Amino acid sequence: MNETELLRKKAYELRRDIIEMVYRSRAGHVGGDLSVIDILTTLYYHVMNVSPERRNDPDRDRFLLSKGHCVDALYCVLGDLGYFDKQEAIGTFSQFGSRFIGHPNTEVPGIELNSGSLGHGISVGVGMALAAKMNGQDYRTYVVCGDGEMEEGSNYEGMMAAGHYKLDNLCVTVDVNNLQISGRTRDVMCSESLGRKFEDFGFHVIEVADGNDCAQLVRAYEEAKNVKDRPSAVIAHTVKGKGVSFMEDAASWHHGVLNEEQYRQAMAELEEKEASLWIR
Amino acid sequence: MDQITNRQAICGVLCAAAREDKDIIVACSDSRGSASLTPFAREFPEQFVELGIAEQNLVAVSAGLAACGKKVFAASPASFLSTRSYEQVKVDVAYSKTNVTLLGISGGISYGALGMTHHSCQDIAAFCALSDMRVYLPSDRFQTARLVEALLQDEKPAYIRVSRQASEDIYKEGMDLTLNKANVLSEGRDVAVIACGEMVSHAVRAAKLLEAEGISAGVVDMYCLKPMDEAAVIRAAGKAELVVTVEEHSPYGGLGSMVAQIVSANCPRKVLNIALPDEHLIAGNSREVFRAYGMDAEGIAKRVASEMKHGTIRKGQREGGAV
Repeated sequence: MNETELLRKKAYELRRDIIEMVYRSRAGHVGGDLSVIDILTTLYYHVMNVSPERRNDPDRDRFLLSKGHCVDALYCVLGDLGYFDKQEAIGTFSQFGSRFIGHPNTEVPGIELNSGSLGHGISVGVGMALAAKMNGQDYRTYVVCGDGEMEEGSNYEGMMAAGHYKLDNLCVTVDVNNLQISGRTRDVMCSESLGRKFEDFGFHVIEVADGNDCAQLVRAYEEAKNVKDRPSAVIAHTVKGKGVSFMEDAASWHHGVLNEEQYRQAMAELEEKEASLWIR
Repeated sequence: MDQITNRQAICGVLCAAAREDKDIIVACSDSRGSASLTPFAREFPEQFVELGIAEQNLVAVSAGLAACGKKVFAASPASFLSTRSYEQVKVDVAYSKTNVTLLGISGGISYGALGMTHHSCQDIAAFCALSDMRVYLPSDRFQTARLVEALLQDEKPAYIRVSRQASEDIYKEGMDLTLNKANVLSEGRDVAVIACGEMVSHAVRAAKLLEAEGISAGVVDMYCLKPMDEAAVIRAAGKAELVVTVEEHSPYGGLGSMVAQIVSANCPRKVLNIALPDEHLIAGNSREVFRAYGMDAEGIAKRVASEMKHGTIRKGQREGGAV
């Protein structure tokens, strides 16, 4: 099994953690979790220079989940990597007094900054990338946004500054799953030609046809690392709810809650998929 | 007045500090001139970040810089900083506890005839309502300089509002400032006047006018709106029959509201809040507007004297009584 196959398998293993977490808590944003998990897996297990032991290292890569409502997926990744006890996250997510709340916060090891409101990550990432340039540090800053989130005007202020300062150490990924809470993204608000928008602000744009395929994502991030004098944007075309048949491409699963039957079916489908990856 | 403005005082302190510390960063939103920070930008181009006319980005980028070890001073007109970028202040600075000092320049009604869009009469209320945010309205250039020096010593979020025009000197160079402790400028037997920012100078002169009328008014410079020096409020109010607050702010949620909370809980007595009215403000320069609303020294003295003579407060009413 090569590394991208391992990444694919890991992403399906993490999908089961996500389902466990959202089923137990009756909270979370499962649809977006399942669209973004391959992006998170590729970044955390292959691309980024991060680890629990080096979580305060000034030279670590920086990661910001701008679509912060999908923090459930990020908790599963960080817990799996050993930043904290994953079972604590799964068992207490969104419960009274838990540090594992519904948006990223720095009480959780591995989270760089508090977030939650949409449209902040690119600008904060610009500041982090600028600091690296000022200090002569080599770390890279990765920001993950949602396609619905790109309706927030503040993103474009951040993109403008990223291009202006030629931040080739900044990589913005947009998880384009084509859905937001009210329905199809294009029906809610015209958000076509996202890639062109990034290009116009000076980004090197990499379109990833299947943003749920870790192999394609690996290639995209390798390309981004080699871009000079421009920030990069990875436009990852994903499927919301990817991996669970009844959740796929359905807006109702933006933050849907599973009943017991749905939970069992989702887990069975994911186990089957993961097992099929083993024998490839 | 030919003296330097509070904005210029801030620039002087930041330039001196930046010579020793390359992590001190100034960020502007096409506001380096308005903020009197052009000398900083010229001397430290590597420590100056221009974000253009984009206040949301100004604050969020500043937070990102601070999260990576920079000590950031983000300057923009107080009107825009406290409204356009409010969510970035709430999330990226206050909630995230980033080392960002927000410099709200040309605060209050500094922009005079430019109108309501450019006034910041809500910034005290807005920023004080954010947990982990500190709010300061220094009264003159010397206090402003000491305040910035003090804030350079810690890594917590803060907001400083200064006026566009030079403020009258209250202190002397190197004045004594203990962070978050109010400066008691004078003691009074009858009235405790608690003021902030530029209004402190009007309050000081009002106290002199009142003295001529036989009313003894003490003045407290409450430059620290949050955390407010509660002990200083209680000490001043406890000795007086009437408490008066003076602020260049809406009557809601500012100095008057917060002082009234403290006084009512600790030493109940009447609190007269002198503030801008809750309406579309009249056009004019600061002097004209303050006079129009009875917020200059003469206006303050007149209202206090009237309250003491004809209001519910009677001189000596509480003598010997429980307070």
